[in-house]
Amino acid sequence: MSSSGQFPTQPTSPALSLSLGADLEHPVYNYRVVRQFAIMTVVWGIVGMAVGVIIAAQLAWPALNFDTPWFTFSRLRPLHTNGVIFAFGGTALIGTSLYVVQRTCQTRLVSDAAASFIFWGWQAIIIATIISLPLGLTSTKEYAEMEWPIDVAIGVVWVVYAWLYFATIAKRKTSHIYVANWFYGAFIIAIAMLHIVNSMAIPVSLTKSYSMYSGAVDAMVQWWYGHSAVGFLLTAGFLGMMYYFVPKQADRPVYSYRLSIVHFWSLISIYIWAGPHHLHYTALPDWAQSVGMVMSLILLAPSWGGMINGIMTLSGAWHKLRTDPTLRFLIVALSFYAMATFEGPMMAIKTVNSLSHYTDWTIGHVHSGALGWVAMITIGSLYHLIPVLYGKRQMYSVPMINAHFWLATVGTVLYIASMWVNGIMQGLMWRAYNADGTLTYSFVQSVEASWPGYVVRLIGGAMFFSGMLLMAYNVWMTTRRSLPDTADTAAVVPAASVQSA
Amino acid sequence: MSNFWSAWIIVLTVLTLAGNAWVLLANRKTVSRGPDTTTGHNYDGIEEYDNPLPAWWFWSFVLLFLFSIGYLIAYPGLGSFKGLLGWTQVNQLEKELAAAQERYGPIFDRYAAMPIEEVAQDPQARQMGQRLFANNCSQCHGVDARGSFGFPNLTDNDWLWGSSPEQIRQTITHGRQGVMPGWESVLGNKGVVDVTAYVLSLSGREAPAGDINAGEQAYKTVCATCHGPEGKGDIAFGAPNLTDDIWLYGSSPAWIQQTVRYGRNNVMPAFGENLEPAKIHLLVAYVWGLSNLDAKETASR
Repeated sequence: MSSSGQFPTQPTSPALSLSLGADLEHPVYNYRVVRQFAIMTVVWGIVGMAVGVIIAAQLAWPALNFDTPWFTFSRLRPLHTNGVIFAFGGTALIGTSLYVVQRTCQTRLVSDAAASFIFWGWQAIIIATIISLPLGLTSTKEYAEMEWPIDVAIGVVWVVYAWLYFATIAKRKTSHIYVANWFYGAFIIAIAMLHIVNSMAIPVSLTKSYSMYSGAVDAMVQWWYGHSAVGFLLTAGFLGMMYYFVPKQADRPVYSYRLSIVHFWSLISIYIWAGPHHLHYTALPDWAQSVGMVMSLILLAPSWGGMINGIMTLSGAWHKLRTDPTLRFLIVALSFYAMATFEGPMMAIKTVNSLSHYTDWTIGHVHSGALGWVAMITIGSLYHLIPVLYGKRQMYSVPMINAHFWLATVGTVLYIASMWVNGIMQGLMWRAYNADGTLTYSFVQSVEASWPGYVVRLIGGAMFFSGMLLMAYNVWMTTRRSLPDTADTAAVVPAASVQSA
Repeated sequence: MSNFWSAWIIVLTVLTLAGNAWVLLANRKTVSRGPDTTTGHNYDGIEEYDNPLPAWWFWSFVLLFLFSIGYLIAYPGLGSFKGLLGWTQVNQLEKELAAAQERYGPIFDRYAAMPIEEVAQDPQARQMGQRLFANNCSQCHGVDARGSFGFPNLTDNDWLWGSSPEQIRQTITHGRQGVMPGWESVLGNKGVVDVTAYVLSLSGREAPAGDINAGEQAYKTVCATCHGPEGKGDIAFGAPNLTDDIWLYGSSPAWIQQTVRYGRNNVMPAFGENLEPAKIHLLVAYVWGLSNLDAKETASR
């Protein structure tokens, strides 16, 4: 496969030719840090997903823990979740936000030293996590298992990141702030708040601490953090990414500015309330459960606002989907996003939740968001970004992007379909009664019945993972003959664009 | 909840809903200024259309608001306001339990009046007992009730806490805790090895190391208090019989040394709070029947 396929080059947009025209007054952007983050996004994606494939295999064949403590499901599962959320997702978000903020504010990052510090600090945090979690050093807070010294480091890096981001916005050369930056900004502020409140703990040694919360309060803080991280990192952050890369790749104006305004404010003000739906029918007081459920339900509208704005941006340019697999990644990501954000509010309804809670349905729901939305929007954005960063006309192989697209899509569908089947089956088995009122099935029977689903899930996950390997090769081939110095200028315009301008 | 916190929650909830309704309504615009009208902004080449909010989306949002307001009026949600329906998750549970009791209670009550020996021989009762066992007991004792490391086999007629139906009922209802202290600090390493050799000899086995006579002396000083002078155990402490070659924590000399050296703490949880007496009655009959009924006789019934 070579780059000279039947596929088109990067979109030839008036935008790009405009930036060429304005090249003289353009600042030289800091692409170095964006390149670093972009490459590490691919690396951490592969690492995090590899661990996911391993633990999926362990659920089908438990002997695969090899009787070693550091290779058991209980230690690898947090490594997988933190690996894909914060190593892969976090790296992708920091990297793209530092790119988008420069491009849409037409100004260079205010400090290269801070950018470098953020990159190396974030990588050090990830490596410390990869070492400490398998060793069994854990605070046991879900999606925040890292012990307190790592939590402190995250806090420091995040504050520098927030400063760099907002100081760059303050120095912008555009009159307004583009919508992508609203979402990135909300993500940065909310994650700082969530991380600090949730991680409050009293250290007893360098590797052990105790949470400041206990009982139902601890559970509520945990899920306020957990679901708001879904809302502000996995949703708002990636919506920021979407708002730049979708119109850019489609070469179309964003569908509705008003919709951006309404769904931005409603999304960020309502998402923060949704956490209690993880604690339906528990010791959490009734009022908190109800408020959590109601807010989760309303959330359907703000969530879909982003989907509409993304997908409708393509109106008038649908034909591009036939030839541009990068755009296909972005639009299918929005479709999975729509599906997951419909499913989520439904699952937050108490009566539905009483069936779905504690089953594999939840795992399927998470992955329709994580694989279908988060990973696919990231992959699509990287396929747009990498050639720009390395001064290339397009990726080394466009057919390879197409192959990746199908591996990712089919893998995601296999994953979520098997987990739907498993989840609904488990929920129904657990509530099946005999004529005498005793339960029809014991728990282990539901585990036995779930086995085929676990194997299908493993196949789906492995397909998704193999697509990432393809991507790594494609990225490697794209970057290896690059000339970084020439790429450091802002106007990396494909030759075709210049001609069309 | 104090009045302050209740008011705090109400104000925050209402403000959030009202604020969102305002943003939605304030940005409502039904007439498009034409499909190609943009806001005039341009960010890195990205422009924005000034399209109105899609009508179906707008009305979905309104419907979700209306449902939510209705829900918060009907159900508890606004601070300490109880909701008009008077629903709580506890009274929902109580209602469901009462309905189940009304429907299924008579089936269990029929057996509750019968003596254990009779219940144990009733095929339907055994089936019900087996289902209860599968859901409540099999996690530790195994689906076949044969136990595993640390969890007693319930089919071998060897009982840690007594074999009578009443003793079994006591075990299930209130749980048991069997504690064996660790003796390494008292006996020293040689003492542990010697005692192990002696304990193995009680069931006619030989240990690879250890002085049986020294072990017997040590046994009589420290072990006999619970396990008895002849090693037959004592159901008052849940102290196992050491002469029958049935081992709760492994039968190899190494495992027995481990037990003597560090002790064991064995817990059977109490089920009296989760299962009604009539259900426990069926479980007692089932468990008692596992070792007391002639297997062939049960099969022929």
